[in-house]
Amino acid sequence: MPAPRVYRTDAVVLRQRRFGEADKICVLFTPQLGRVEAVAKGLRRPRSKLAGHLEPLTQVSLLLARGRNLDIITQAETQKSFADLHDDLDRLSRGLYLAELVDRFTDAAGDVGNLYRLLVEALTRLDRDDGLDLIARWFEMRILVDQGYQPRLDACVHCASPLEPEGNSLAPLLGGVVCPDCRVGLPGRPLSGNAFKLLRFLQSSPYDEVARVRIDQALGAEIERHLRDLVHVALDQEVKSAGFVDTVRATRPVRR
Amino acid sequence: MSGTAPTAAPLARLIEAFHRLPGIGPKSAQRLAYHVLRAPREEAEALAAALLEVKDRIQLCSTCQNVTETDPCGLCDDPTRDASMICVVEEPLDILAIERAGGYNGRYHVLHGSLSPMDGVGPEQIKVRELLQRLQSTEVGEIILATNPNLEGEATAAYLARVIQPLGVRVTRLAHGLPVGADVEYADERTLNRALQHRVPLDAGPPQSAEPVDDPPFDAASASDSIAAAVDAETPPHPGEPH
Repeated sequence: MPAPRVYRTDAVVLRQRRFGEADKICVLFTPQLGRVEAVAKGLRRPRSKLAGHLEPLTQVSLLLARGRNLDIITQAETQKSFADLHDDLDRLSRGLYLAELVDRFTDAAGDVGNLYRLLVEALTRLDRDDGLDLIARWFEMRILVDQGYQPRLDACVHCASPLEPEGNSLAPLLGGVVCPDCRVGLPGRPLSGNAFKLLRFLQSSPYDEVARVRIDQALGAEIERHLRDLVHVALDQEVKSAGFVDTVRATRPVRR
Repeated sequence: MSGTAPTAAPLARLIEAFHRLPGIGPKSAQRLAYHVLRAPREEAEALAAALLEVKDRIQLCSTCQNVTETDPCGLCDDPTRDASMICVVEEPLDILAIERAGGYNGRYHVLHGSLSPMDGVGPEQIKVRELLQRLQSTEVGEIILATNPNLEGEATAAYLARVIQPLGVRVTRLAHGLPVGADVEYADERTLNRALQHRVPLDAGPPQSAEPVDDPPFDAASASDSIAAAVDAETPPHPGEPH
């Protein structure tokens, strides 16, 4: 076999699961190879030299050895530990949600696209910025676009007529927005004018511009429902950590 | 399973049963099954009886949720243990580790897992409700969160701190730092930063953990040999200085 026995890659650790006596399997997301599962030996022992570097939601550079089934992580060094993200339950819950999105969207090896850069950017922002939910919404829209599930927001998906902001509904199963004339009898959830504008803005703008938008609680909740619908239809499965985001939000102490 | 010579159905069932056990691969399962086959009948009966006995006689302590034969369990029933402290652990095996270390003499609470959002494990799936009920019905001075220092354990600790602190109970967390016998060179940055943040003076006797604890709460004791660390701040392990 001509492929080299060891290779180097950067990665974001998405999740881990126990494997054997003291090993773990790490699900990694890499810039070139996409989603990779690899074994980290002895990770559950207290003196593991790798353990601290391979916590989920850490950006690392790795040396991997090709194995028969799974590759083996032989060296790991933290690039970004996202310490504040790990130490704050609000940030952590959103970070886990993003990691699960990437894990599920890239489950079947596909085109990595810009996803690695997007994930690192989103985690960096979750680590230091406010507006955690807006970061999550922006990432949901970016991953939908990146993975080929961009919702159609410029024209009615049923009659193709141009859309006014008011009176539409969003129909994820049809792939976008349905105009007031067509929405009767079609599946979908009512879409307020502000939510419509915000969805379009999320789709077309870098996060720096999105971050300047002020969003009240009702609009935040509405846009969250719509994007979760879109993600659900694209994945055809539940994103389990969404429930954890809700749990954490419900226990949030009154501050900030 | 292996597609070699056909195995008699009862033997295949036994192999399959062993294969379901954690850490047992197909080859080990075959080896175990053939061992049972060749062993004397009494040995097989003893194994079968032991398996059933575990299922029939072991229950969860209604107070601390530890596995026990009696309810309340021996630890909850022991009057010499400090009932005002509860050490919250993920698994019953963690109690064994802390008891082996010998530095803690309070009570326990076993969560039977940790929050694992991506696997759909939330507070309802582990014994959080039982802990909160226990706090309402008994006078508790301190909760020590001894969940694992990994992402799930930290998330669990942060969540518990958030729901327990409003009840007016002091909440502490096992210290983070370098494991005894480790190399600074190989430490990851989060561990090193925490070890620095929570460093202890060597000339001042045992570290004091008496300062008020904010969220996220950390104890002042520095060197922890992971879960096996002594928990009680009165008898801290020696700080993990390079030797």
